Amino acid sequence: MEIRTPSELAMETVLSVQEYTILSWEAVLNIFRKPRYLADTLLQADSIGVGSLPVVVLAGLSIGAVLALQSSNTLQRFGSLSLTGQLVSLSMVRELGAVISGLMVAGRNASGIASELGTMKVTEQIDAMRALGTDPLKKLVTPRVLAATIMLFFLTIIADLVGLAGGWLVSRFALGLDSNQYWTTAWQSLEFPDVFMGLTKPLLFGFIIATVGCYYGVTAKGGTQGVGRATTQAMVSSSVMILMVDFFYTKLLMTLMHVH
Amino acid sequence: MGTVLATPETAPNTPPSDEKTIVFDRVSIAFEERAVLDSISFELRRGETKMLLGILGSGKTTILKLALGLIKPDSGDIYVLGEHVNEMSEDQLFELRRKMGMVFQESALFDSLTVRENVAFRLIEEGRPAEEIERRVREALQFVELENTIDQFPGELSGGMKRRVGIARAIIDRPEVLLYDSPTAGLDPVTSTTIIELLVKQRDVYHTSALMTTHRLPDTLMMATHYFNEKENKMLQLPKNNSVDARTTFLLLKDAKVIFDGTVEELAASRDEYIREYFA
Repeated sequence: MEIRTPSELAMETVLSVQEYTILSWEAVLNIFRKPRYLADTLLQADSIGVGSLPVVVLAGLSIGAVLALQSSNTLQRFGSLSLTGQLVSLSMVRELGAVISGLMVAGRNASGIASELGTMKVTEQIDAMRALGTDPLKKLVTPRVLAATIMLFFLTIIADLVGLAGGWLVSRFALGLDSNQYWTTAWQSLEFPDVFMGLTKPLLFGFIIATVGCYYGVTAKGGTQGVGRATTQAMVSSSVMILMVDFFYTKLLMTLMHVH
Repeated sequence: MGTVLATPETAPNTPPSDEKTIVFDRVSIAFEERAVLDSISFELRRGETKMLLGILGSGKTTILKLALGLIKPDSGDIYVLGEHVNEMSEDQLFELRRKMGMVFQESALFDSLTVRENVAFRLIEEGRPAEEIERRVREALQFVELENTIDQFPGELSGGMKRRVGIARAIIDRPEVLLYDSPTAGLDPVTSTTIIELLVKQRDVYHTSALMTTHRLPDTLMMATHYFNEKENKMLQLPKNNSVDARTTFLLLKDAKVIFDGTVEELAASRDEYIREYFA
């Protein structure tokens, strides 16, 4: 491996951020430009949305169940076991539904997108597409960004629901709580800012997953090894970005909407 | 066979017209501070087929990518079909590229699409009617004699067949300029003769201007000394009294410079040591 000086490294980083920003910006602008690739978008929506459904359902269910199980211990100490529903619902809807779905889809699709586009890049298929007069940003990137953003929104709703169901299963059968009480506290504790926060996050996360996956894909170089590297980097970077953006976005919304 | 894209307008072996399709004017480009092309200039006239020769890494493929606007030069001007390529935006370039065809060295076929979808890609993108697409795809595949592979995927084809599908994809919309990137590299002699025959056919029947990179000298000589006989539907050697094709020219690159640009006769007459050694 060649050794690079700190200034070269810094320059490369700045250049990468610039390229990523341009790619993301173009991807958004292309939504409003012709030609639009509806069939490609639907195909991606199927692959990202329907394809990720089983893993998101399973992850949501276990997180909801574990949340109820772990919190019951603490709540019991304060004699507030009846608040389990509220705790599960607030945690799932505000935070975990979106983050868990985001991380699952990042693991599955950011890497998938990077390896698909990366292979196309190193085998000159992307150059061939440009040579044939088709814009790869419009044909490959924008459909993936649209599909990931929209589908992660719906996946998060599903994750929230099955998470609540997981919590209910534990509350009802392991903790012996009343079902009616669980669902009532779960439902009543939710307010507009909670739902708003929980449902705007997946839009950001979906956008991050697709743009990071596409960026590492279209900049891949160095044969199969390069594609492998792009795949791993796409997954790691998108996961880290999701967690970072989650923190700052949560803080921002809490300040703006006076949530406590 | 042979009735594919257009009817011949001129007899075989007539010199190219003076109209320029590609002009490189003092073009330079460097990758990671290594000069790949250093102020090179040349012209490609309408109907001319120019062979770009040089050792590996001499910048032959770079010239094709520059002509397509896939990469931008550091300095100099490039004109293709009258358009100033290095001043154009990517959107404008997409329009220009629709009048050009490129055959990539490793074919660069879309591996998740069938041969039909690969060849039809450009027409599907332009939203042409389905019947027209089907007819044109079959014509283009007939031209490269691969109609039977229409429903197969690129992964199921041999290297030579992929190359031929790549040619069909490049010629389907009757481009004015064709760019071939080492179309015979890595192929056995028999298969590469098949490919050369297709290029000669494209040159002599449709008079498309072309740039072709290669480092296989026998192929270039075959291009220069053969013509396509439409009646017999095969490539034949030019007669003794007229043994060299006037539309086939050569350009030799060395150390990022053009050291030769001319016809076969001029090449044979050259006294340059490197050229003599290269062709020895």
